[in-house]
Amino acid sequence: MTLVDDLRAAIGAAHVRTGPTELSLYRRDASNMAGSSSVVCLPTSTADVQACVTIADRHGVAFVARGSGTGLSGGAVPLDGAIVIATSKMNRVLSVDAANGQAWVEPGVLNLDLTRHVEQFGVHFAPDPSSQQTCSIGGNVANNSGGPHCLAEGVTSSHVLAVEVVLPDGSCTVLGGEDPEPLGYDLRGAFVGSEGMLGIATSVCVKLTQNPPAVRTMLMDFATVDDGAATVSDIIAGGMVPAAVEMMDQLCLQAVEAYIHADLPVHAAAALLVEVVGMPEGLDADVAAIVAIANQHRVGTVRVAQDDAERALLWKGRKSAFGAIARIKPNYYLHDTVVPRSRLPEVLAAVYAIAERHELQVLNVFHAGDGNLHPLLVYDAREPGVLERVHLAGEEIVKASVAAGGVLSGEHGIGLEKRDYMPLMFSDVDLEAQAALRRAFDPLERANPGKVLPSPATCGDIHAVPEGAWV
Amino acid sequence: MDLSEFAEEVGDHGPVTIAGLATRGGPVDGVRPVMAPAGIDWVKPEEMTVQCGAGTPVEEIDDALAAFGQTVVVPPNGTIGGALAVGRSGIRRLGHGPMRDALLQARYVDAAGRIVKAGGPTVKNVSGFDLCRLLVGSWGTLGFLGEVILRTRPRARFEQWFVTDRDPFELIRHLYRPVSVLWDGERVWVLLEGHPNDVDRAATALGLVAADPPAELPTGGRWSVPPGQLASLPGTGRFVAEVGVGIVHHERPQPERQADPAVHRLHRRIKHEFDPEGRLNPGIDVLALS
Repeated sequence: MTLVDDLRAAIGAAHVRTGPTELSLYRRDASNMAGSSSVVCLPTSTADVQACVTIADRHGVAFVARGSGTGLSGGAVPLDGAIVIATSKMNRVLSVDAANGQAWVEPGVLNLDLTRHVEQFGVHFAPDPSSQQTCSIGGNVANNSGGPHCLAEGVTSSHVLAVEVVLPDGSCTVLGGEDPEPLGYDLRGAFVGSEGMLGIATSVCVKLTQNPPAVRTMLMDFATVDDGAATVSDIIAGGMVPAAVEMMDQLCLQAVEAYIHADLPVHAAAALLVEVVGMPEGLDADVAAIVAIANQHRVGTVRVAQDDAERALLWKGRKSAFGAIARIKPNYYLHDTVVPRSRLPEVLAAVYAIAERHELQVLNVFHAGDGNLHPLLVYDAREPGVLERVHLAGEEIVKASVAAGGVLSGEHGIGLEKRDYMPLMFSDVDLEAQAALRRAFDPLERANPGKVLPSPATCGDIHAVPEGAWV
Repeated sequence: MDLSEFAEEVGDHGPVTIAGLATRGGPVDGVRPVMAPAGIDWVKPEEMTVQCGAGTPVEEIDDALAAFGQTVVVPPNGTIGGALAVGRSGIRRLGHGPMRDALLQARYVDAAGRIVKAGGPTVKNVSGFDLCRLLVGSWGTLGFLGEVILRTRPRARFEQWFVTDRDPFELIRHLYRPVSVLWDGERVWVLLEGHPNDVDRAATALGLVAADPPAELPTGGRWSVPPGQLASLPGTGRFVAEVGVGIVHHERPQPERQADPAVHRLHRRIKHEFDPEGRLNPGIDVLALS
């Protein structure tokens, strides 16, 4: 039987798609890269996933796990006709143990749906990527996703207790556990953030976080980006870890204000959105200390949200930045690097200089509290030659971040986008250790091959480089 | 920190074991021991990071960080490398999270005597596979930690232990982020931190009485059970359980746990990939530890 026949027999013809429209949809994620797939599977159970992976193994074909397809690094882009195994139909919350802050969920459950499902118990799932309305828990696990509130709470790895996985040989097991010290190596920790290259998560035991009794959210504007960045460093050095510290620069503030009319400080060079959570008296002390630090750095106005509605409006300003940008240019390329907090001013200055040199507009809206930059290069793809300039500028931004003691990615992952930049951070020996982990899980390289780890073979293999990639 | 001397000592052949201050069991008997370099390279309070040799005593790092009002989520005693290799969090895990999240970057010496870097220096990083998590709790069987960068956290401005005889599982629902809740089947000890007025208000509302922490924890066994199963402990012997976490300090060893065959297979393959000749801490089977 053919591959497709086998898959249809195993999980039902309705869940195996080969139509040109669907194959075209599933050949890309939210990056601007595209590959090619021969067949798309939509399993509804762990057994279905096991069947798909076993059949892939038997036919010697690679497979790519996919959640909602909101990834920005090409991690879910299928290469060379790989089978796409999309977990979007596995979207049930299986159990909630609110008393112990644990829940088992299928990988296709959407991030915000999980939090809505458990809010009745006074808890939430802490990682909150900007795409949280559409991104899936499985995708969060694959990318070790972050979000504004990961400053105090940590990224996805800190909120995943166990993962039921289908390994590339088709066997199924649980990595980690509901207990705090499962036997052996932290395979759970190794799996989270492995970008679909160690197997497919079919069920995830997440940690739920207690909602805070009180919240204070404030917006502070500054005449220079440096003053805003110095405020961030001093808050952290002062012994406070706010729940979130986000920065928006002027171009971003202007775009968002035109979009949502929230009375944002459009004349400031930068604004900080700072949120602190906890018990009331501690919060008041924190707010006072943060305002005092901001005053030392010549803060313009300090706007403390007076109620939930105003707080929601300030956050709407932050979270609608990507939509607002369409008012400037139809396309954007979003970057994701991390630099030491103390180097934010100089790296931001470098980002502006790089954009100017390539005649591009750049907006910055990012997680300043942990130094996680998100420069947005805006462009109009119809303009001849502009993509080339966008890619060159992006490459320079990544290099400037690493040169400042930073890293390639804070939360989007490596995927295809940054695969060939891995040697900027890691030696051949370092990369060999990562490849060793991969071989232990997947000696035949069936699970999402061609991602994350550069190799002489992939660099020289033109077929492995999809359209839109930088390389 | 120059690790070349350490790498040379580890070498590329023959059995070798890593020694620290022997607070967590010490090196493997009868095998040539090596020690990781000690000393703090730097503390960056505004980054909330610290870099040190794996052989640095935990207390030395904590003292250095105290000057900046910070600390690390590493249980006391022994060396940083030993604590990370063993991977057991302290009794503040409920409030401060597991120790495994504290390791941002590690430079270790592999079985071929090469210096390998895992992770990165920033507080947020998803560049490549997360080998740091694999190293924490690997008991030196995959590589010997040489130098680490750790995430720090603010020291509490105020903390206080309390005692009560309330039901711990009911109590924990009324507390916001307690640092630790310990229970011996009768008494409950609670550690709260934050603004003194907030701590005082919470304690008064729940009838908690200021007290010392439990004098000692039973050391016969360290059990790891889902936190939802702790209520069934009474009757099993003397214990102090970490409520909300699931660690039980027990006078008896934990009833034997079995790993799944697929997990066994993965362990064998990982060990084979990282240490094909089995020369690093020979004889230690991480699936057989209790």
